[in-house]
Amino acid sequence: MNVADKKRLLREMLYARRFEERCYEAYVERKIGGFLHLYPGQEACCHGVLEAARPGQDYVITGYRDHVHAIKCGADPKEVMAELYAKETGSSKGRGGSMHIFDTGHHFMGGYALVGGPFPLAAGMAKAIKMKGGDEIAICFLGDAANNQGTFHESLNMAKLWELPVLYVCENNLYGIGTRIDRSTAVIEQYKRVSGYNIPSAQEDGQDIEKVFKAAKKAVDYVRSGNGPYFLELMTYRYRGHSMSDSNAYRSKKEERMWSERDPIIMLRDRLIKAGEISKDDYKAMDTEILDNIENEVIAFAESSPEPRVDELEKYVLAENDPWVYGGGR
Amino acid sequence: MAQIMYWEALRRAHDEEMDRDPLVICMGEDIGVAGGTYKATKGLYDKYGAERVIDTPISENGYTGLGIGASFLGVRPIIEIMSVNFAWLAMDQLFNSAAKVRYMSGGQLTAPLVVRSAGGTAHQLGAQHSARMEKVFMGIAGLRVVTPSNPRQAYGLLKSAVRCDDPVYINEHELMYNMKGEVPDEEYFQPLEGSEIAREGSDVTLFGYNISVHWCLQAAQTLAKEHAINAEVVDLFALSPLDRSGIAASVRKTHRAVIVEEAEPAVGVGAEVMAIINEECFFELDAAPLRVSAANVPMPYNHGLEKAAIPNAGDVVAAVRKMLGK
Ligand SMILES: Cc1ncc(C[n+]2csc(CCOP(=O)(O)OP(=O)(O)O)c2C)c(N)n1
Ligand SMILES: [Mg+2]
Repeated sequence: MNVADKKRLLREMLYARRFEERCYEAYVERKIGGFLHLYPGQEACCHGVLEAARPGQDYVITGYRDHVHAIKCGADPKEVMAELYAKETGSSKGRGGSMHIFDTGHHFMGGYALVGGPFPLAAGMAKAIKMKGGDEIAICFLGDAANNQGTFHESLNMAKLWELPVLYVCENNLYGIGTRIDRSTAVIEQYKRVSGYNIPSAQEDGQDIEKVFKAAKKAVDYVRSGNGPYFLELMTYRYRGHSMSDSNAYRSKKEERMWSERDPIIMLRDRLIKAGEISKDDYKAMDTEILDNIENEVIAFAESSPEPRVDELEKYVLAENDPWVYGGGR
Repeated sequence: MAQIMYWEALRRAHDEEMDRDPLVICMGEDIGVAGGTYKATKGLYDKYGAERVIDTPISENGYTGLGIGASFLGVRPIIEIMSVNFAWLAMDQLFNSAAKVRYMSGGQLTAPLVVRSAGGTAHQLGAQHSARMEKVFMGIAGLRVVTPSNPRQAYGLLKSAVRCDDPVYINEHELMYNMKGEVPDEEYFQPLEGSEIAREGSDVTLFGYNISVHWCLQAAQTLAKEHAINAEVVDLFALSPLDRSGIAASVRKTHRAVIVEEAEPAVGVGAEVMAIINEECFFELDAAPLRVSAANVPMPYNHGLEKAAIPNAGDVVAAVRKMLGK
């Protein structure tokens, strides 16, 4: 990772942070409805892994905490915000919402709300890649608690059995909503759980983007070279409650403080300042530029966009005018 | 036109579609090396290889999800779930992922896969191997549900389902795989919507689907021969969406309706068809519609109890006679 990359990643992560914080405000203002799961604290996971892959080409899938993954794949932040605002210009035309961002043009294959749902979908995309002979890979980002679903085990078994090019990334933030991992999970270290399927795995510090990048590079190279699946566990922490409706009362101040001292953005920023690559003023200017962009471009777009038309309520349920529905005759 | 068995018709559709398009695959338990529980994929493993005729682990939700993910990228999986009772385990992926992805992505993504499964009651298989679940599938927006009553439909529905861009669930029947019937020698595509008039009549319409079409036809014969009642039989091979106009057209002609279903009555095909009749042509009716359904019990093992739990042609005859006062 060269200096230019690091500077760009600093900006991307800060952008992700500010984007999510602005979502928080919009939710409080009741501009955004439904469930809203925010990403602050975990930025180095998404950015470090996808930096080591080919965003826009590799097929990425995740759960409901999906805005930042979509944007890193190439989705337009304006369209993501418009989706949260439930507008027709949103990435899913206002039909999806925060938990269902899709941008298939950039191979971001969606956010899914059922915990563990994407595990087999990712294996299936990998099966398709393998059949078609491409060198893309499928990357599935999910949380720690998702690993207690049956789909986790069923998918690992099939991915290994058929040597599918899929990378499973576990963003271990230590909680599934309000339940701490040691109260829900018999084996705390998630990377150990895949050894029963003969799948290679690693655990890495998810707050240090350079470490994430390095570990992910190894993982991505392994999968892309046709060796089959890989599992990467990243130790991380979310700053906010699970979703906006979460009281966040189950974690101690001490624990929260400990993690905020290892903030992925601050760590990278300070490293770049120390190396003389950027100044404090550069960083401030960057931040101001980002905040302006989000306000004047992103929010403005979402605010001024039209709502979906009610007479198009039933659009997108089934394929339109598919000739095979009529026996191929029409 | 050749007379072939239902399973042979399915096998032929698999073979032709796999031969045509290298992205058509089939998946399921014991479908490859073993040739399939119902022989629907017999010989295909040798012809197309393990990459395309995939013996899956016993992970219904997992491999259904895998098929859905593959379909996102243009693969056309035909998934066989050995018995509909096991399809309960795949409901999560089928309903939450396949049926909803087009809508929640604003039309960006679709899951063009086919899931076939053997439903119905066979012979004394007991409560956990006798479920009739079509009513569950047909309640889900975004999923097409069809159910072939004969080899021609089995062939033609699978052919169309593979090519259609929507997820399609095909409800088959344990007892029907060895049924013989005519299938066109040339390629044939059965529409995924609509209904067929299996027998023309004027006094009452018997609505059936899958195996119950045969009970209806049998009943119609008895009614004609012994009671001078001329029954029309409508085959509802498409359960979702149901053929509203076809249902109404027949009721406008006969003014009476009996719906015959192998499943328990609650929230079922009979209830849905009655609702459609109410909504489309209530004032055409000369009598309140009736349904002939299974008893509302988990299927018993005992042969006598099992027989009592499932309707038959005699029950259909009795219902029609009651309706007509004959
Ligand atoms: C099948 C299912 N069960 C329960 C829920 C409710 N739920 C949503 S997120 C969540 C916790 C998941 O935690 P984890 O996988 O660690 O991901 P994180 O939110 O921490 O990123 C639960 C229980 C759900 N959405 N889906
Ligand atoms: Mg978690």
